[in-house]
Amino acid sequence: MRFFEFEAREVVKRAGIPVTDYGFTTDAGEAREIAQRIGGPTVIKSQVLTGGRMKAGGVKFADTPEEAEAHAREILELEINGHMPRGVLVDPRAEVEQEYYAGVVWDGTRKQPVMIFSPVGGIDIEQVAEEQPDKVGRRHFSNILPLSDFQAKEVIASTGVSGSALNRLVPIVTRLARLFVENDMVLAEINPLGRLADGSFVALDAHMDIENEARGRHKKLLAELGVGEEETRQAREATPFELAGEQVDAQDHRGVAGNVTEFDGNLGLVIGAGGGSLTLFDAVRAHGGEPANYCEIGGNPSVSKTCGLAKLVLQKPGVEQIAVMMSIVSNTRVDIVARGVIKACLELGFDPAEKIAIFRIPGAWEEEGFKILEKYGVDYADRSVSLNEAARRAVEKIQGASAEAA
Amino acid sequence: MRSDGIFIAVEVDDRAAADPELARRLTEACPVDIYAQGDDGALQLVERNLDECVLCRLCLDASPPGTVSVIKLYDDSAVLA
Amino acid sequence: MSILIDADTTFIVQGITGREAVNLTRECLDYGSGAKIVGGVTPGRLGRDVHGVPVFDTVAQAVAHHGGRIYGSVVTVPPAFTKDAVFEAIENGIQLIVIVTERIPRRDVAEMVELATLRGARIIGPNCLGIIVPDVIKMGGIGGPAKNAAQAYTPGPIGVISRSGGMTTEMSSTLSAAGLGQSTAVSIGGDAIIGSSYAELMPLFEADEQTRGIVIYTEPGGRMEAELATWVTVNESRLPIVAFMAGRFMDEMPGMSFGHAGTIVEGKEDTASEKIARLAQAGIAVAERIEDIPGMIKAKITERAPA
Repeated sequence: MRFFEFEAREVVKRAGIPVTDYGFTTDAGEAREIAQRIGGPTVIKSQVLTGGRMKAGGVKFADTPEEAEAHAREILELEINGHMPRGVLVDPRAEVEQEYYAGVVWDGTRKQPVMIFSPVGGIDIEQVAEEQPDKVGRRHFSNILPLSDFQAKEVIASTGVSGSALNRLVPIVTRLARLFVENDMVLAEINPLGRLADGSFVALDAHMDIENEARGRHKKLLAELGVGEEETRQAREATPFELAGEQVDAQDHRGVAGNVTEFDGNLGLVIGAGGGSLTLFDAVRAHGGEPANYCEIGGNPSVSKTCGLAKLVLQKPGVEQIAVMMSIVSNTRVDIVARGVIKACLELGFDPAEKIAIFRIPGAWEEEGFKILEKYGVDYADRSVSLNEAARRAVEKIQGASAEAA
Repeated sequence: MRSDGIFIAVEVDDRAAADPELARRLTEACPVDIYAQGDDGALQLVERNLDECVLCRLCLDASPPGTVSVIKLYDDSAVLA
Repeated sequence: MSILIDADTTFIVQGITGREAVNLTRECLDYGSGAKIVGGVTPGRLGRDVHGVPVFDTVAQAVAHHGGRIYGSVVTVPPAFTKDAVFEAIENGIQLIVIVTERIPRRDVAEMVELATLRGARIIGPNCLGIIVPDVIKMGGIGGPAKNAAQAYTPGPIGVISRSGGMTTEMSSTLSAAGLGQSTAVSIGGDAIIGSSYAELMPLFEADEQTRGIVIYTEPGGRMEAELATWVTVNESRLPIVAFMAGRFMDEMPGMSFGHAGTIVEGKEDTASEKIARLAQAGIAVAERIEDIPGMIKAKITERAPA
């Protein structure tokens, strides 16, 4: 889960890394008061979880508190890439002599965190790595041996930085590495990290991303930052349809029937499990089908949970038919899923034979499952029909049905 | 007594259903809570859970032969043996 | 032969009294020649048994009861307790740890993997279904009940490595139907950091005489496919590889995660199309459809070793 800049800066500050005397607000009048307190030129920065805010006009410079207020008013109303800002950050405009970069990320191949440092900051680190590779230092560090200052010293020195700058940077990079580990981050980045006229360093912007799976052990931090437990902060906010999917999944603890993502096609998908869902979604699209949703079923969900998911998809505006497909199941049961989707059709007053374009779930309890499907006249397939072929049949059927209706 | 879902029906011999001891055993045995025990100790069938039946036979094992029948309505009313 | 495990492999199940673990134990005992599950561990449950497998409070007790080194462990305890359970296994001399548990923070995974490396142990998973040697043994829930596993998996020359547990079975079943059995199939897990990647399992398949080709299931996210491509090129692998890539649609949706925790397109290297290009450069064929895999791997095997 990504942090807003004002939250990331707070995390940086708590780790003992110097930050500017900024203020965060959702109110233009208050922005003026913050600028007054700062008492000099300021920068007003939109707080959005998307890139390109500078280009979009989400960052503006102010010389007076009045100007700060005017800019804040404008920025608070400005939508950037479909995101409304959470607020604005009013930051003193620091006299920076040089901008540096410091970051920590995971290396999934080495399975260790890696510190990244560059004396070229303020721009994307990927760009620096491409254009001036000798200006980017990297160093892995152990997950179980103690973190020590020399590791940061080595990575900074490897980029040609020496003198008092080196000695002042070492504790900052070490603290950043420590906060990355302690807070279960997947990204912790200070960019730019500014060197001021007096030789001191200050974090001017920060990007932090905490791992979703670890949120449970950072409840205190998240509560203090004001992050709601329901906030997912995905690339786009969850739709009401997706939230309803979460509710279906939460109704009991047996298995999974959820992880719904909304699309705008006419073919509803009741599919599983993780890898099978990805494969099937691709296959439907490859055959020219238009999925109404993505979802996942797995871990042997109850009949009522499967029924709830199927109902949700069946009732989605624009959905004409559903395709019920999974890779060969061994834990989830064919008969239980069959009962769930047929029950959903019946309770909504639909004929399962018409509404279910195809049912392709082979595996555990398939004999019982196929009996149920036969009784209701649902078109089904066993393992001799591939996932791809099942998807093709579903698409063909729904296109035929649409043509007939037209 | 008998109760029908869409896919599964359960029938219990009326005299057996009045036996609190059998009611207790069935309530404990069923993993999907199809059986419950009323305030009078007698057996009750929970209609909304009937279709959750996983065909595990634990209720058949917990009762005297012939007193409890699990019926598959989707399979020509075949009785689970 | 096989990789990682064989008919003689001894292992324990940590968290054996949990609902899924009880099923998994039954399945492994029933499959093939019957897994040698020499104990289970659930703290506080010493003296109980699960399908005849004795339960202990600690791994050390299980080792003492067995009277010698135990080779493996299947770990299926809640995420908050997994790291401790794995550390306990490693420090008691366990060599091969299959972690079934999902939703473990990657810091914990990285710590477990680093300790395992220091002690010369290997981790498969987390968030995986384990390992199966067709008709011989399975370690984990892979393939499900013995009856179902026997339907999908047959012995033969293909090594299978998959980031998805369910797709391991789907692909193996397709191979089996085409007369291509499997030497060993490994579900490696779908998380961002895992104990054993494709490239880390390749040397084992390379050394296994029975294995004549490799089939992998891949997804967007991470750099594991690039690592495999490099490994294959640098080591001039004798084994032809066919890959299936799911989640191509995700290229259009950066920043969104689907399926597994490890699938998220964050940079250029994460995308399906970039991975397909990289694999192709290393001579790894990428199948468009599962049903194309058997023909493709057959052709590649024949190409390398003309009859």
